Amino acid sequence: MASASAFEYAPAPESRSVVDLAPSYGLFIDGEFTDATGGKVFKTVSPSTEEVLSEVAEASEEDVDRAVKAARRAFEKWSALPGAERAKYLFRIARIIQERSRELAVLETLDNGKPIKETRDADLPLVAAHFFYYAGWADKLDHAGFGAEPRPLGVAGQVIPWNFPLLMLAWKIAPALATGNTVVLKPAETTPLSALFFADICRQAGLPKGVVNIVTGDGRTGAALVAHPDVNKVAFTGSTAVGKAIARTVAGTRKKLTLELGGKGANIVFDDAPIDQAVEGIVNGIFFNQGQVCCAGSRLIVQESIQDELLDALKRRLSTLRLGDPLDKNTDIGAINSAEQLARITALADAGEAEGAERWSPACELPDAGYWFAPTLFTNVTQAHTIAREEIFGPVLSVLSFRTPDEAVAKANNTQYGLSAGIWSEKGSRILAVASKLRAGVVWSNTFNKFDPTSPFGGYKESGFGREGGRHGLEAYLDV
Amino acid sequence: MSDARLSVFKTYKLYVGGKFPRSESGRVYEVTDPKNNWLANAPLSSRKDARDAVVAARKAFGGWSGATAYNRGQVLYRVAEMLEGRREQFVREVAEAEGLSKSKAAAVVDAAIDRWVWYAGWTDKIAQVVGGANPVAGPFFNLSSPEPTGVVAVLAPQESSFLGLVSVLAPVIATGNTAVVIAAEKAPLPALSLAEVLDTSDVPGGVVNILSGRPSEIAPSLAAHQDVNAIDLAGADEELAKELEIAAADNLKRVLRPRDVDFTATPGTERLTAFLETKTVWHTTGALGAAGSSY
Repeated sequence: MASASAFEYAPAPESRSVVDLAPSYGLFIDGEFTDATGGKVFKTVSPSTEEVLSEVAEASEEDVDRAVKAARRAFEKWSALPGAERAKYLFRIARIIQERSRELAVLETLDNGKPIKETRDADLPLVAAHFFYYAGWADKLDHAGFGAEPRPLGVAGQVIPWNFPLLMLAWKIAPALATGNTVVLKPAETTPLSALFFADICRQAGLPKGVVNIVTGDGRTGAALVAHPDVNKVAFTGSTAVGKAIARTVAGTRKKLTLELGGKGANIVFDDAPIDQAVEGIVNGIFFNQGQVCCAGSRLIVQESIQDELLDALKRRLSTLRLGDPLDKNTDIGAINSAEQLARITALADAGEAEGAERWSPACELPDAGYWFAPTLFTNVTQAHTIAREEIFGPVLSVLSFRTPDEAVAKANNTQYGLSAGIWSEKGSRILAVASKLRAGVVWSNTFNKFDPTSPFGGYKESGFGREGGRHGLEAYLDV
Repeated sequence: MSDARLSVFKTYKLYVGGKFPRSESGRVYEVTDPKNNWLANAPLSSRKDARDAVVAARKAFGGWSGATAYNRGQVLYRVAEMLEGRREQFVREVAEAEGLSKSKAAAVVDAAIDRWVWYAGWTDKIAQVVGGANPVAGPFFNLSSPEPTGVVAVLAPQESSFLGLVSVLAPVIATGNTAVVIAAEKAPLPALSLAEVLDTSDVPGGVVNILSGRPSEIAPSLAAHQDVNAIDLAGADEELAKELEIAAADNLKRVLRPRDVDFTATPGTERLTAFLETKTVWHTTGALGAAGSSY
């Protein structure tokens, strides 16, 4: 279908020469890079080529303990620093991120597999904006509405996912430091590199030793961090299953917990919606970052009377999406993050077919190496289908229909998740009525997948608790 | 003693779905004052009673959460009015339940009445305190507002049978949640009498459900219940609190851990916000706006 366009695009790859990758990286503890005790390492690969990018240290329980101790030592001075001084460190970090954004965007694309278009135009600007936003809070905490002199909690243990490695780091570290906490952060096993580059940014910014510590590793490293008795605050973004396990781990302790978990977002299109805008929003909702987004609009709930028209337009649009080299500036759909994730998406899509839903993908050549999944659309989906209930975390859209607004709301809310939803309609009163009935933390009307550091984000129900972003995001790191 | 009149005892009952049932189990337990004098037989609730209460609370949630904040404030204030009229009854019940002098019990009841008034005034203000416009960097109207989380299970404090109960219950319903309350195990009678007040105060049936019995028996099923959204562990000891928090992880309930609270002090907003979600709604805007207008 790509040949439908009159002209073929020539390759327009971004140069990777701006990134200087070392063959191996240690843990970042107390301001120094250090090997893991026992010397264990693991490899991180580029999902689009399966090329080994680097080797990274695998932190043991002992290493986690070293990192927490360093953070604890640093806490006393860091939390005692005047807010205005902490702010200046965060402003420095924000500026260095802006300066190095091209390097970081290419690095993130290499390690994650997402298109350079997205790392360059979405991830990196938001990363800098988050540090800039929370920097400004550091000397204004007394006025944030949490009482006079709200206190930091201490050492924050933070575990982040692989879908937005650097952005999730920013969401976690910026408010933690602004409020006077120190941090031990564990990036995801498949995307550790940008966090280690961030360690270098901390060095350039002159951040005191031990304020930020990065421990790389897999789920075991994360579990050790969460369970560490000297951690005062646990923040996690990732799967609902792991979130529940973490909630059990911190039960009966005084650790403050926030969880940002899975979703099965409903994107509701009414018959008076602007169809072309809605199609763009649907594409953005489920194919942005290959659908590996917790707030993805993975359930399209469309009014029956316009279903055929909308699906025709959507299929036409999907046929123009360009899948391939993520470093190519014209690429819309990059690689799936890992072989494991690809297997999961494949299994769930196969289950959709086996359960009787109708599968459609545009004609789409997948590269030979790397992990790829064509944008996929399922029709004839019922609410009982696995693909309508389970989070797929991939470029797979399930289409359901409705006749009345009440039915749309009932279907949208028929999930254990409650993170995001979209509404498409030209009628303001309908948008407001439906928005107020949706049990979801973020509702996008006539738009989708918009983020901003000033805007609280987080879930209802099993999508987790706590909010990140905005004034609300401070609460997770303050003793209130 | 010839003119001594034999008093009429009250059969204390549960409060579920706006009705006053006995426990479906048919069980009761002896309630005594701190000096071990018999006061009454209270229903010994079963896990089935707890499940029934959750069903009632869920059913009531749509209407209560959908009521205007002004209306909810009126209803909470009405509770204070009704309590004021029954002040003497509650002074006696609290004095008996907690072994307090008349004057101390009176102070406790007054504080509890005032607490309803305090929370009545919060219903239509909390959204402005914790919500508002977000100045995002783009052409969007972006607003965050608090919404009730749903059905909240409440383990009422054990040592403060009335003021403690009111202090944990009022904020839950002020914000539009519905509640399933387990009264203080040893001193449940003021709570069961409060049900009569709630019932005559325009609180819709099912918004508050009150159970008496053993927290160790009923609370685990509430903590594990898939249709309960949050749990307040105020009345749980350390061991039970941990067990319940682990069970609550199953559907990621919001958990308010037990902590030492001086119930006589004016509360902050912690108990209001603990059972609120924040919903952020984005809408596109054009470039037009008052701020950008030229006159």
